Amino acid sequence: MSYLVHNLKTVPTGWRKLLYLNWPLILLVTAVACIGFLMLYSVAGGNFQTWAEPQVKRFAVGFALMMVVAFIPIWFWRNVAGLAYFISLMLLIGVELFGQVGMGAQRWIDLGFMRLQPSELMKIALVMALAAYYDWLDDERVSRPFWVLLPLLLILVPMLLVLKQPDLGTALLLAIGGGAIMFLAGVSLWYFLAAFLSGGALVAAVLFSRGTSWQLLKDYQYKRIDTFLDPSTDPLGAGYHITQSKIALGSGGWSGRGFMQGTQSRLNFLPEKQTDFIFTTLAEELGFVGGMTLMVLYALIILFCLTSAFGNRDRFGSLLTHGIATTFFLFFAVNMSMVMGMAPVVGVPLPLVSYGGTAMLVLLIGFGLVQSAHVHRPRRAG
Amino acid sequence: MSLVNRDQGKGFKRLNRRAMLLFGAQAGFMGLLGSRLHYLQVVEGKKYRLLAEENRINIRLIPPARGLIYDRDWVPVAQNDQNYRVVMVREQAGDVRKILDRLRKIIPLDDNDFAAALKEFKRRAAFVPVTIAEHLTWEQLAEISVNAPALPGVSAEVGLSRYYPLGPDFAHIVGYVGPVSDYDLKRLDDQDPLLQIPKFQIGKTGVERKLERRLRGLAGTRRIEVNAVGRVIREIDRREGKPGANVQLTVDHRLQNYVEARLEGQSAAAVVIDVNNGDIVALGSAPSFDPNKFVTGISSTDYRALMDSPYRPLANKTVQGTYPPGSTFKIMVALAALESGAIDTRETIFCRGYIDLGKQRFHCWKRSGHGKIDLKNSLKQSCDVYYYELAQRVGIEKIAEMARKFGLGERHHLPLNGIAAGLVPTKNWKKTKIGEHWRIGDTLNSAIGQGFVLASPLQLALMTARIATGRAVAPRLIKSIDGVPTENPRPPSLGISRASLNAVRGGMFAVSNERGGTAYSKRIAEKTMRMAGKTGTSQVRRITRKERAAGVIRNEDLPWERRDHALFIAFAPYDKPRYAVAVVVEHGGGGSRFAAPIARDIMLEALYGSEPPLTAYPASQRTRIMNERKKLKLRAPEDYPKAKDRA
Repeated sequence: MSYLVHNLKTVPTGWRKLLYLNWPLILLVTAVACIGFLMLYSVAGGNFQTWAEPQVKRFAVGFALMMVVAFIPIWFWRNVAGLAYFISLMLLIGVELFGQVGMGAQRWIDLGFMRLQPSELMKIALVMALAAYYDWLDDERVSRPFWVLLPLLLILVPMLLVLKQPDLGTALLLAIGGGAIMFLAGVSLWYFLAAFLSGGALVAAVLFSRGTSWQLLKDYQYKRIDTFLDPSTDPLGAGYHITQSKIALGSGGWSGRGFMQGTQSRLNFLPEKQTDFIFTTLAEELGFVGGMTLMVLYALIILFCLTSAFGNRDRFGSLLTHGIATTFFLFFAVNMSMVMGMAPVVGVPLPLVSYGGTAMLVLLIGFGLVQSAHVHRPRRAG
Repeated sequence: MSLVNRDQGKGFKRLNRRAMLLFGAQAGFMGLLGSRLHYLQVVEGKKYRLLAEENRINIRLIPPARGLIYDRDWVPVAQNDQNYRVVMVREQAGDVRKILDRLRKIIPLDDNDFAAALKEFKRRAAFVPVTIAEHLTWEQLAEISVNAPALPGVSAEVGLSRYYPLGPDFAHIVGYVGPVSDYDLKRLDDQDPLLQIPKFQIGKTGVERKLERRLRGLAGTRRIEVNAVGRVIREIDRREGKPGANVQLTVDHRLQNYVEARLEGQSAAAVVIDVNNGDIVALGSAPSFDPNKFVTGISSTDYRALMDSPYRPLANKTVQGTYPPGSTFKIMVALAALESGAIDTRETIFCRGYIDLGKQRFHCWKRSGHGKIDLKNSLKQSCDVYYYELAQRVGIEKIAEMARKFGLGERHHLPLNGIAAGLVPTKNWKKTKIGEHWRIGDTLNSAIGQGFVLASPLQLALMTARIATGRAVAPRLIKSIDGVPTENPRPPSLGISRASLNAVRGGMFAVSNERGGTAYSKRIAEKTMRMAGKTGTSQVRRITRKERAAGVIRNEDLPWERRDHALFIAFAPYDKPRYAVAVVVEHGGGGSRFAAPIARDIMLEALYGSEPPLTAYPASQRTRIMNERKKLKLRAPEDYPKAKDRA
């Protein structure tokens, strides 16, 4: 305690914080967002207003929010973590009761100026809550069953709510993201082995329950699994997304067809071309080179988060940074796997690139937290 | 709560260790993503690019313009007319029913059309133009254009549609086109993608059908970019097709019109052949029909009427109809006898009106008999007994051989459908086809063109042409395709002696030009145009002994379908033959009375190339001929479409 109190003095204050921000990370995030603007401009057929403009505005708002969050000391965020989690949970329940249904899945609350998806908020809130929990928990108790059960509940409750929406992608993100923090916090590996086995059992149960009275997933979700396993069974129906996505992506080749030259997305062969499937357009137009560039940028973002976390002796800040980096990784890993036909279509946007408000804001707030942890990290005196 | 966060303490190292592990896993997964991207884009890139092109690019066919068909003077008999049709686009029309109702006030649309259009709208995407009505008149089109503001989504399109300007005149020769059917696809075994175009018009009968491949041409292609729902975004490129070949017939449109008009009202066929080269100058089959009705879709009542008529308007009787040639066949018997030396021109045979053969009695048409009669007179008066005798002397095989030489019993190659081979019977034929032995009675019946013998009007005309020239004249209907004249070698000699040919020609001359000839009254008076002919009356029923005893019932007293067929064959001018004509009037009655005058009129029309002067007719008939001529429904010269500037 004294160590940190002492070090508090070394934390920059006021506008000086600007100098201590993790600028490379900010630049990387902005670069990725700019790629997103370009792609949105392209899929709209060279129209800025359709998607790119609102996206730029959202990014501007999000960027400002990120800065605000970054300037607020990290211990404030630790203190409000529980509250954030609680509010998010309430919103999730509220949306379950009163929310709007769009596209058969995602539920939102209409705030007037934007549509808020509580499930997106929960992605960050859960990371915060878990980081705060392990910050609070004594190290010796980390692997005790009761103290493992508690974070497990923190994960499972929102996860089940999200699953009920139904939003398989977000549920997956919450589960793996939460699990990753528990793993980092030092929970015994046996628990993970047990979780892995029971997860396997659950998958088996899901598959075998099909068609029975206690069927666990909805029919269309099974159908998605089917078409993922063999898209050719339904080339014009549910498999259409995957097949067309692979065609568009593959047709990009080494260097792509050139910016604005993509045919498949402009001609509407691609579904959700501006949201979940935007990577397809990018890969079609900018080719393997473009796709890899984006992937390297993503990897660099994670790497910078990691280096920041490694040098951070603040347990909450470190866990939070890791958690957000992992969530970010999960975003693009799941999205790309889906687009490239390696995973079922689950509806996860490409982070910072896909058109969509909540995800963009939430991610930028997340990076704001990372910055806050970075700026307010304890430094050695002198 | 404290202001500051907890120090990592002991967990610090473990966290970093586990973070490394986690990052390792993440890096591994990113490697996986990268290699997947590499696989899809670089390794499999070509395959997917191809698939993408298939997605994006549609190949549309551009139907070629169908080849035109001309008569021998380049007057078009089958052409492509602009076909104005009204199309409507649902997404532009808005309220489809309301617009259709407005359209109804301009163009006649019955409830069926209305329902069909609505159904089509429902089936197609909103941007697909749906054809509401076709074959609009210029006035209707103008009215639609004027009312365009009240008719959103409605527009007029122009396409090509087959039109037969001479209507029924060439219906049996040219045939007609119609939309390709499943049956056609099966029949044709044709991979041409054009046939897959809905309602693509292909030849269904006649020259249109037989020269389909040449007339159709080659499809052009248009590569267009389409989006996922099939909307056309732009045209990428276009490769023009090749229009179909133009076909020139040997038929003379004016003579053809005359023939059809002259045959009208009867079930009859007439063929005019140029004896020197086999060109078919006219090929008339009555009654005829309007082929244009088939192009636009014939109504079921019209079609039923055509199918149910006992006069069989749809059949081309000139090549599809086969008839017992009757006495016209006697020329073959005469030639066979002359060539085999069984008789000479001087020898006479006594006709007492019949001959007895075993228990059977064979009658001459003249009950009292012709008395002593030689070859020339036997033809002139068409004595049956003379040929009973001749046939017994030569035998059926030699007669059949001769008939074959003159083109009977053979399927001639012309681009027409259902060409009949006719029948020249032999002993072998009867044995294999009927399973009975040949009887001498069969020979006698065959000798007068009855019994098994069958010939089509085309064959009879060809036979006449060969008699006139002594050469194996072959029929030709197509003069040129795409400007390239069809082969037309000088026909080889038949190898019949000049003396024999002259003998039968003399007999035929007597038929038409000597008093007592069966067609003397139907002669041509003009000296330079005189015609040599032969009448034929072929029985379609058996005359029983009882009837013969009571007196043979006259044709006029029989129902139509039991009357005799009237036949006449002729060539002219006698001294320097140019045309051969064969006329068959189904159930017309006697050949001399019913077929010969038609043949003479046609012959004169052909020889003069225009309306013959009345002086060409015997003086006593001129007034009647003049009156009859006025009744003919001929096409006025100005009613013909303009001939192509090329001859």
